[in-house]
Amino acid sequence: MEKIYAIETSNLSIHYGNFTAVKEVAMKVEKQKITAIIGPSGCGKSTLLRAFNRMNDFVPGCHITGELLLHGQNLYGKDIDPVEVRRKIGMVFQKPNPFPKSIYDNISWGAKINGFKGNMNELVEQSLRGAALWDEVKDKLQQSAYALSGGQQQRLCIARTIAIQPEIILMDEPASALDPISTLRIEELMQELKKNYTILIVTHNMQQAARVSDYTAMMMIDDQRSGGVIEFDDTKKIFTRPGDKRTEDYVTGRFG
Amino acid sequence: MKEEALHPKTIAAQGFRQIDLKKKTRLSESVIQASLFFAGILSILITLAIVYELGKEALLFFNDPDVTLMKFFGTTKWQPGIGQYGIWALVSSTLVTSTIAILISLPLGLAAAIYLSEYASYRARSILKPILEILAGIPTVVYGYFALLFVTPILKSIFGDALQVYNMLSAGLVMGIMILPLISSMSEDALSAVPNSLREAAYAMGATKYEASVQIVLPAALSGIGAAVIIGISRAVGETMIVAVAAGAGPNFTFNPLQAAETMTGHIARISGGDLSYNSIDYTSLFAIALMLFLVTLVLNLVSQWVVNRFREQYE
Amino acid sequence: MNQQKDYFPEGDAFYASLRSRYRAAGIWQFIFLSALLAAIIALTALLYNVVDGAFGYIAYEYKKSPTEFTSTPINELTQEELLVILKDNLSAGAYKKLDTEQKMETRSQSDLLSLFMERLVRIDTKGTWSMTESLTRGAEIQAEVAEKYPKATLEFRSWLTPQFLVTPMSSRAEFAGVRTAILGSLWLVGIAILFALPIGTGAAIYLQEYAPKNWLTNIIQTNINNLAGVPSIVYGMLGLAVFVRVLETFTSGAMFGVTDSNGRTVLSAGLTMGILVLPLIIINAQEAIKAVPDSLRQAAYGVGATRWQTVWHHVLPNALPGILTGSILALSRALGETAPLIVVGASTFISLDPSSPFSKFTALPIQIYQWTTRAQSEFHAIAAGAIIVLLALLLTLNATAIMLRNRFQKRW
Ligand SMILES: Nc1ncnc2c1ncn2[C@@H]1O[C@H](COP(=O)(O)OP(=O)(O)OP(=O)(O)O)[C@@H](O)[C@H]1O
Ligand SMILES: [Mg+2]
Repeated sequence: MEKIYAIETSNLSIHYGNFTAVKEVAMKVEKQKITAIIGPSGCGKSTLLRAFNRMNDFVPGCHITGELLLHGQNLYGKDIDPVEVRRKIGMVFQKPNPFPKSIYDNISWGAKINGFKGNMNELVEQSLRGAALWDEVKDKLQQSAYALSGGQQQRLCIARTIAIQPEIILMDEPASALDPISTLRIEELMQELKKNYTILIVTHNMQQAARVSDYTAMMMIDDQRSGGVIEFDDTKKIFTRPGDKRTEDYVTGRFG
Repeated sequence: MKEEALHPKTIAAQGFRQIDLKKKTRLSESVIQASLFFAGILSILITLAIVYELGKEALLFFNDPDVTLMKFFGTTKWQPGIGQYGIWALVSSTLVTSTIAILISLPLGLAAAIYLSEYASYRARSILKPILEILAGIPTVVYGYFALLFVTPILKSIFGDALQVYNMLSAGLVMGIMILPLISSMSEDALSAVPNSLREAAYAMGATKYEASVQIVLPAALSGIGAAVIIGISRAVGETMIVAVAAGAGPNFTFNPLQAAETMTGHIARISGGDLSYNSIDYTSLFAIALMLFLVTLVLNLVSQWVVNRFREQYE
Repeated sequence: MNQQKDYFPEGDAFYASLRSRYRAAGIWQFIFLSALLAAIIALTALLYNVVDGAFGYIAYEYKKSPTEFTSTPINELTQEELLVILKDNLSAGAYKKLDTEQKMETRSQSDLLSLFMERLVRIDTKGTWSMTESLTRGAEIQAEVAEKYPKATLEFRSWLTPQFLVTPMSSRAEFAGVRTAILGSLWLVGIAILFALPIGTGAAIYLQEYAPKNWLTNIIQTNINNLAGVPSIVYGMLGLAVFVRVLETFTSGAMFGVTDSNGRTVLSAGLTMGILVLPLIIINAQEAIKAVPDSLRQAAYGVGATRWQTVWHHVLPNALPGILTGSILALSRALGETAPLIVVGASTFISLDPSSPFSKFTALPIQIYQWTTRAQSEFHAIAAGAIIVLLALLLTLNATAIMLRNRFQKRW
């Protein structure tokens, strides 16, 4: 079966002013698979991830060079609307950040602004079920989202993202603030979501990357402190027979 | 501190040095600490003095056999000299001018705050903010001049003879301009206290800047903005010079902003400006009004602080 | 899962809705910006209004012609000549009264000239016009004046002159100045700061460096925040009750042998202002002290300094620019406050310079208030002049504060 790629980059560099945070990345993200990005702190994982849905537009001085294609379309092309990009490529952040609104409104808001015309109650239920949260909150949909636990809040954020039915979901260390049980639930959820969505996940947790992802990109900084993808391959291969010594050191925990 | 024992030779002679760690009373330190404490506690004494003095004279006023609470709160003519004690004659004007002021300053101040906190570039902010600060630094008596000699003539050309030379509308409008910077700077603080992660969340769902600012950030800052409005009201109620100059002299129970009517503050200013004999009913009545002003603004300030504190906890 | 996909507009439909969303966003952004534009317009209108009032045509007649008193042109009259003219033409009582206010011989030429114009020639102002009117309707005004007051002189006048700054109060707007008011304001602000700065800084030090975290500290802090929000006129009432009335023997100077005064002195007013700005000074000083990093205190304690030594040698010097900046801002608040002065009893007509804390006084904002509320337009003109003076003083103070802040701004 021929592979379909959701995102392709070539020669992609990302700069904060004069500082090049991410240098010359070339990777292909396969559709409806989970791709993990790993690497030491400060190597540019978040920066790269945020470039995929143009969240870096809000950082003054941040700009990219090179190419970033979504289904063959240049995401940074002149005629591309960033709002449309973000609607198609959702994002889940490291710290749960629900809106200070009710659980129901947290989910319905994104749909509403994007012109959703269907049955809102149904959408809310579907999304919450999709994020494996429905059973826990179905009786308190009108309560504040802040009353939920951290793990529940994070699943709510996932539910809110799938409610606008994007094609790709970006996750930046989505489980790092959660306990092991909540983490497990999120991981199970990702396996479920994979059927419909392409997922990119940044994680510091090697086991997590090994457990959930199909592909893994290993990032590392060079002498100019610019990060780059030093190895990108099947997750199995990265964790069993890495091609790069640095990758091997890192995934086995020998990295300084 | 006795330090002679420090000499190396002495130490050597003794073989070891006895270190004295016992608590010493340092007289000067205690005196200083006591005076600092007094400076700190003085603010409480000031508050007590306000309450005591206003309360004492107000009590004299209310103890006058002629004054009853029924009359005070139940009638609408105020002229203590001839036995009319209806505070509503003054309260009505305070209400009208403050309402106009808030109706002007809330939308303008809030819109300005949203622009400054969500839209303006660093450069634009550094130009626009000082303008609001200048507006905030202009003495209120100058606003009074502006109300009477600039705004009133303009209003006159709009409303014609229906508008009296002294009128609450002009005073209220200008008071709104005066309060605008206060509301905008407090609201801006509230808006910028909303964590960026909420904005990012909104953008990540395909929101435009306007949608993120008004539908996510603004509601999240609502309590802080509420606090700003409460402080604004308290400012408007206590403002004296604009109304003293432009709103009119003489109590008048009316809710028609085109008419002249004296506010509580304006009344205090006018009556106390003349020669007052202590212990007259005119004198004590002013303290009754001032006590009311003090209590109203105190409650407003406390409520606003309470709201702000609760709001802070939310994101920390 | 994606059963409802069709319910989201896609492609062209989405772009159409996005366009309308952008349009709404654009309109609202313009509305938000307009609020700032409104503020700018209001500020501009206010400043324009003041400047507009301070310059313009004045039409006046002399009740008596100067030539009835002297043949020399007015501008060439010397001090001696003026003295003689005044002595000859004023009633003995009036002359004596002026002499007791200030010895006639010691008065300057310009001072005497104003007296001459004011008391003998007696100017009679027929009308004044704002700057805009004067510039745009000059011809009309000339025609109007020529018709209505054929004897009147029409002249473009700046009400704000160096003379205006150094002339004392007068009952005639044409001769009035703000000297007495400026001096009064300076006395007031001086007394206020002498009172409030040490106490305010002390309170701030206590709260930041000494106070234990307990209910009392909490009450003090809340109380200070509340005092900052008490209407200024209430402070006026406090000043009236406490300084003017209860402490009259002290504030009138009776305790020190001053006999001709009551409690409505510049001292009472200054102390009232001091109490009014105290909470502001405390809050600002607290911020400044808070900004001094803890590492500095620990370093001092580490070498065995006592608490006060630490505060005096390390915390205070570093917080000083901040404290001073805050105090200057508090001062500018005091400089513009009017209501408490009215209540405490500023004299509305006084031409004597304040010379001691027990003097009667007036102040710039009081004069502005007085003149603005007069019916005759020439008083509005000098009110505008006085406003410009007040705003200039405030601007100087604030510029000093900003310079101080920039100069000593520390980056920790
Ligand atoms: N807003 C910014 N402005 C300037 N430089 C930035 C900004 N954000 C990140 N950087 C820099 O870019 C580099 C990469 O940062 P990034 O946050 O992408 O790292 P990361 O791999 O996500 O690290 P972590 O694992 O700690 O989250 C770092 O050197 C960082 O200092
Ligand atoms: Mg990161």
